[in-house]
Amino acid sequence: MNLSEKQIERYSRHIILPEVGGKGQEKLLAGRILIVGAGGLGSPSALYLAAAGVGTIGIIDGDLVDLSNLQRQIAHSNADLGKSKAISSAEAMQAINEDVNVRIYQERLTAENALTVINDYDFIIDGTDNFSSKFLISDACHFAGKAYSHAGILRFEGQTITVKPGETTCYRCIFGAPPPAGAAPSCSQAGVLGVLAGVIGTIQATEAIKYILGIGDLLTNRLLVYNALKMSFRLLEVRRNANCPLCGTNPSVTELIEGEQAVCDLNCDCTKTR
Amino acid sequence: MKLEINGLSIETPANTTVSQLLSIQKVKMPDMVSVEINESILDRKTFGTTILKEGDKVEFLYFMGGGK
Repeated sequence: MNLSEKQIERYSRHIILPEVGGKGQEKLLAGRILIVGAGGLGSPSALYLAAAGVGTIGIIDGDLVDLSNLQRQIAHSNADLGKSKAISSAEAMQAINEDVNVRIYQERLTAENALTVINDYDFIIDGTDNFSSKFLISDACHFAGKAYSHAGILRFEGQTITVKPGETTCYRCIFGAPPPAGAAPSCSQAGVLGVLAGVIGTIQATEAIKYILGIGDLLTNRLLVYNALKMSFRLLEVRRNANCPLCGTNPSVTELIEGEQAVCDLNCDCTKTR
Repeated sequence: MKLEINGLSIETPANTTVSQLLSIQKVKMPDMVSVEINESILDRKTFGTTILKEGDKVEFLYFMGGGK
């Protein structure tokens, strides 16, 4: 692939970086990243990955843009209310950079479609808002052998980890299985500071870009926990777990599970004491 | 004995188990917490029988399901 003059200008601030250069930019243009969920985390990821010139970006989301989304889901605007989130975010990406080939999936990621969808990509970004999807992504990426970035946000806190299946600590190494129904509050019940999604989502995009470029140290075997009120970033070392139900020595999860756990609809305040 | 919990130093009685520590720390829903001791994740089934030692570094890792 040869960069055009326009591309050399567009990506000049990348190309000037010795760690990226023209070769790195070409890698990004050949890169394929899937974003699952065009919401709070997926929006900033999508916009920055498009701006960075990632050549193929898949966006999968079955929801429509709602007014309560606009406080944090910055890929969508007033004019997009009622529109498919996958289409709305694809339009936002395309408006930034016509180099990007956006693939739109107006559906949820399910146990049936997950492997087929994921297989077309190099790196997966988990921008979903519920545990069944997060565990599904973890498992599907494990079976497909695809690296992914996990993240979760709630109130003023967020956490994220990058996983290279079979090599580094995975989501199930840490959390095993979804929490019991009713135990976990969701953002709609507990609230979330909008900008928090931007901080964590852009970290996920950073990881995806580093992975494609093959530079630096990925956020593997370390869980990054961010607290916006304290303005603290803690990096917790987490080793692989031999008892992990997915990547441990005697795994119990051997196929994809649909709807392993729904998000609760109870009004709980279980994390108030943290 | 002294323990380090989520980066903060705290004093607990000797022979405290992980279940007792969760209760001392007023964690209302232990189901929502994964516990890591000295960088290794602890099997949830052993919270009641795992006795902490002086100087253990304990992390409570919370399920965080939001994103959209």
